[in-house]
Amino acid sequence: MAVTESSTNVVLGGTRGGPDVATLRQDRWWLQPVVTVSVLTAFVIYSTWAAFQNKYYYVGANVHRDLISPFYSPCLASNCVPGSKAGFAFSGWALSPALLILIFPLGFRLTCYYYRRSYYRAFWWSPPACAVSDAHASYTGETRFPLIMQNLHRYFFFAGLIFNTLLTYDAIRAFHQPGLGWGVTVGTIVLLVNAALLWLYSLSCHACRHLCGGQVKSFSKHPIRYRFWKFLTPLNAKHMNFAWASLIFVALTDVYVRLVASGVFSDYKIF
Amino acid sequence: MADVTMRIWRGDASGGDFENYSVEQNEGEVVLDVIHRIQATEAPDLACRWNCKAGKCGSCAAEINGKPRLMCMTRMDQLPEGPVTVTPMKTFPIIRDLVTDVSFNFEQAKKVPALMPPPMPEGGYIMFQEDVERGQEFRKCIECFMCQDVCHVIRDHEANKLHYSGPRFFIRYAELEMHPLDMNDRRDLVREEMGLGYCNITKCCTEVCPEHIKITDNAIIPLKERVVDAHYDPVAWLGRKIRRKTKTSAADAAVQPAP
Amino acid sequence: MTSSYEHHDYDVLIIGAGGAGLRAAIEAKQRGLKVGIITKSLLGKAHTVMAEGGMAAAMGNVSAEDNWQVHFRDTMRGGKFLNNNRMAELHAKESPDRVRELEQWGALFDRTKEGKILQRDFGGHRYARLAHVGDRTGLELIRTLQQKVVSMDTDVFMECKVLKLVHDENGRIAGCVAYWRPTGEFVTFSAKAIILATGGAGKSWKFTSNSWEGTGDGHAMALWAGAQLIDMECIQFHPTGMVWPLSVRGLLVTEGVRGDGGVLRNSEGQRFMFNYVAPMFRDETAESEEEGDKWYDDHAAGRRPPELLPRDEVARAINSEVKAGRGTPHGGVYLDIASRRTPEFIRRRLPSMYHQFMELAGVDITSEPMEIGPTCHYIMGGVKVDADSAATLVPGLFAAGECAGGMHGANRLGGNSLSDLVVFGRRAGMGAADYIESGQAATSLDMSEVEEAVQEALAPFDRTEGENPYDIQRDLQEMMQLNVGIIRTAGEIEDAITQLETFTDRVKNIAVKGGRAYNPGWNLATDLPAMLTVCKTVARGASLRKESRGGHTREDFPKADPEFAKFNFAHTTSGGNWDSEIVTVESPLLPMPDELKALLEETK
Ligand SMILES: Cc1cc2nc3c(=O)[nH]c(=O)nc-3n(C[C@H](O)[C@H](O)[C@H](O)COP(=O)(O)OP(=O)(O)OC[C@H]3O[C@@H](n4cnc5c(N)ncnc54)[C@H](O)[C@@H]3O)c2cc1C
Ligand code: SF4
Ligand code: SF4
Ligand code: FES
Ligand code: FES
Repeated sequence: MAVTESSTNVVLGGTRGGPDVATLRQDRWWLQPVVTVSVLTAFVIYSTWAAFQNKYYYVGANVHRDLISPFYSPCLASNCVPGSKAGFAFSGWALSPALLILIFPLGFRLTCYYYRRSYYRAFWWSPPACAVSDAHASYTGETRFPLIMQNLHRYFFFAGLIFNTLLTYDAIRAFHQPGLGWGVTVGTIVLLVNAALLWLYSLSCHACRHLCGGQVKSFSKHPIRYRFWKFLTPLNAKHMNFAWASLIFVALTDVYVRLVASGVFSDYKIF
Repeated sequence: MADVTMRIWRGDASGGDFENYSVEQNEGEVVLDVIHRIQATEAPDLACRWNCKAGKCGSCAAEINGKPRLMCMTRMDQLPEGPVTVTPMKTFPIIRDLVTDVSFNFEQAKKVPALMPPPMPEGGYIMFQEDVERGQEFRKCIECFMCQDVCHVIRDHEANKLHYSGPRFFIRYAELEMHPLDMNDRRDLVREEMGLGYCNITKCCTEVCPEHIKITDNAIIPLKERVVDAHYDPVAWLGRKIRRKTKTSAADAAVQPAP
Repeated sequence: MTSSYEHHDYDVLIIGAGGAGLRAAIEAKQRGLKVGIITKSLLGKAHTVMAEGGMAAAMGNVSAEDNWQVHFRDTMRGGKFLNNNRMAELHAKESPDRVRELEQWGALFDRTKEGKILQRDFGGHRYARLAHVGDRTGLELIRTLQQKVVSMDTDVFMECKVLKLVHDENGRIAGCVAYWRPTGEFVTFSAKAIILATGGAGKSWKFTSNSWEGTGDGHAMALWAGAQLIDMECIQFHPTGMVWPLSVRGLLVTEGVRGDGGVLRNSEGQRFMFNYVAPMFRDETAESEEEGDKWYDDHAAGRRPPELLPRDEVARAINSEVKAGRGTPHGGVYLDIASRRTPEFIRRRLPSMYHQFMELAGVDITSEPMEIGPTCHYIMGGVKVDADSAATLVPGLFAAGECAGGMHGANRLGGNSLSDLVVFGRRAGMGAADYIESGQAATSLDMSEVEEAVQEALAPFDRTEGENPYDIQRDLQEMMQLNVGIIRTAGEIEDAITQLETFTDRVKNIAVKGGRAYNPGWNLATDLPAMLTVCKTVARGASLRKESRGGHTREDFPKADPEFAKFNFAHTTSGGNWDSEIVTVESPLLPMPDELKALLEETK
């Protein structure tokens, strides 16, 4: 028999002490939510705009480059610009090819434990900051639909791994410049750093830490998993940093490719 | 040193208000020292809880300038200039002045299904440092209940107290779930009865923990992942259907006596 | 006047929820009895939570040579042979099992490479013997026992302060009277047996590691109820308490700092402990710094450094250095681990010390030495009990833990208290259960005793003019620190004895402001009678013991006198009240069986 509500002696409705105010904090607790809202909003606006652009996402053989924006890779629609297309294509897709794939990275970040913390606080004000009243009258957390879907985070994590692999492939391929052979340009470095940050973000994911080793009861009985877990734990502690760094860098990568593709400047060849 | 103004909430269930005390403050003093000075002089009946005055027992939690802190570990000279506001923990019913009725937490403690180890071999159990380290972090908890106090799930939503055990007990469940000898399974219990799903991992518990326990990252999220293993993961779910359940369900475990 | 109070009925009632009380509860509960626990703070906050270094048990996990015989010998020598030898024997024999069983209930001790419980070195212990968890062993102990007790569904009365024990008409213990601190309402308990586990009495000294709870209530209540207190003059001043800032003066710095390599230096930078090695310890103590340093890495390569001598020796040495003008600016000496161990090592092994100094004193112990000095820490004296059953002289009354006397003699070794708690807590639970099963237990409560205690407790509210209890407490602490502190002389002790009578009158004139609900002023007013009773027995013992031994040092009698090693001073009171006359007699030590004597001889 399980413990039921009626068997607990928790009494509700006791009078609370202290003044009845939302918070007594006088420090700048609102700063963090403001920054979070600003950066995330800016990202969402930019990425939506970029995803609907449906152009300037690829720098191709005509300028001896092979640079694709991470928002559009893998490019899966038959209307992808020449050279950018991945092996397999949806025919008859008329919208931006970005819209076919962005659901995965979006879902990954949306269900990420760290982003959840940030947007629950900054956007939903639940709570806006510690010891500052929740803005809502009732609260069920992640126990109901839709938020119960957050529990599917690990599947987005798996999808994220596929994307990381593809973007890494893009980055490596970029070093081979059509018509010129192997070389390094600013664009290749941008793509590489972007892929690296995405890997760090994924590897430091909480679901990853759990699946790779955290789930066992006895580490001494699972030495390999313990090694993985030991390796991932310090990365996991920096998950927040990787989350922001990779987010901002993805946008910057798109900006870079976009600017080169639209001819604002050309991709500088280092050697 | 200059005198300092202490704005202390005084009252009980029938109501109360701030009272100002102007007190002397000496080098190196903590908030509790100043409270004690007020007790010894102006207000001998000013109620506050304390025991160790060394951050070890977790008795002296209150809200200082709006944030849950241990009074015995908060240096006066590290607070911003101006009056210092001290109020009782908000989430629990008031007893008097700075003392609250924290029995909610002791009720939650009663619901935890105890450790279920195999019989002890001659000469004691063999466990390695890496086996015990995760649990040791959680066992640093001094039960100050500041994480419970700050957690908005019950701080701002009283009704949730009926089905939510709170971060202090999530670390307890995590500790047991990560205990190398434990043969119990509390995952369903944690999801169904203890309200793990109510936590939206906003990390305020971690922010206030005086023992610097990474409550959210090291206990709550791993617990959530374990619940996913047990409950939301279709692959794992299918696997279990095929292999049949081998472990005791948490519901049985709840009434299983400890050996 | 007759009033009716909230009332509860138990088989075994345990006063105190520290390690001793909780362990006793588990035992009594396992015997199928109805058990209640009363504590004047919240569950899990008792003094035990503050213990740092570890619990001593000759498990031999680190030094295979260790066994109960050596532990017994160390305890007796540390106690300067004033110990109850049967208690020391039981303690040494049973503590390994008591430590191991904690892991069955969820404790997680630090491990050796082989996966066993790790043990560390401590003063006075020949081998690495202290099972520990970093420097928060007491927390681990109390939490484990607390969780076990809760899982056994035991009733715990929190923030409920017992005022007095109550007899039946035949003089057996029948229950007690208490009040709820949150409401100030009185409550009575009947019990077939009561176990006292109320801990220590150090709050009567100015510089102390004890919390407000350490007022010796159990000592005093036992005395009032007709039991004997022994060895009350033996007070342990822990050598390393913080001295600066003033607000934390007395706060403990664990002996683990020295066990892990920390050394003591005076203001001239000299490791002065080499100059203070008493003859009894010369054979096993290093003669030079090099030899001492080698010992840390390999115990066979050298003898123990003198910093790890028993606490009374070290405390006296520090006191002498400071007196000779070689102290630090704030009147202590330096404890230095920074120059001897890496910062990582220090932070890993001594995390709470690192925090304590960082947060409270702004001192980084990984790069600076700590300033430390002796602080009142532990009372060896306590209720006289039978070693096997923890029974006192009053039928139905048992005592265990720091409030019981005899186990530690004149000086306690570090780590021997936590193991004492579980060994004798368990035995007290057994003793109480056996007593109840024997069918001699009391059945009725003498209500006149209850009324008397209630009237007395309420009296301070009736006085409009009277003294603030805080002033009395402060004066008492200063007086005891000055006159019955580490080093004592006849004149000062006699002065204390006279002054304590004045304090008695002052306590009778306390006036309390405010209501009864959670009123700390009133709470202190109800503590003071117990504090005075304890102080009186300490002063009387100190005056009578005209020698120096362990936690009792007389400037006018600096040497130990074998004549005084034959008995304890035992105190009783006839009147049964806190202001009744105290009578002190010499109570001969338990004769030592030959096998134990042989142990002391052969390993000397
Ligand atoms: C800072 C510090 C560090 C220490 N480190 C170590 C160490 O490393 N190793 C070691 O072995 N020992 C150590 N000790 C000593 C050891 O911790 C104590 O001696 C021991 O914990 C005492 O335990 P106890 O169960 O007897 O009583 P306590 O733990 O003191 O508990 C007393 C209980 O009695 C209750 N009580 C008292 N009076 C009343 C009353 N009138 N009514 C109701 N309840 C009452 C209290 O509320 C409390 O619950 C240390 C002590 C201190 C202060
Ligand atoms: S992280 Fe969860 S448990 Fe912690 S304070 Fe936030 S909601 Fe509460
Ligand atoms: S987890 Fe931290 S904040 Fe919560 S009760 Fe324990 S020590 Fe306090
Ligand atoms: S990606 Fe952030 S937790 Fe998984
Ligand atoms: S008094 Fe113990 S934590 Fe503050």
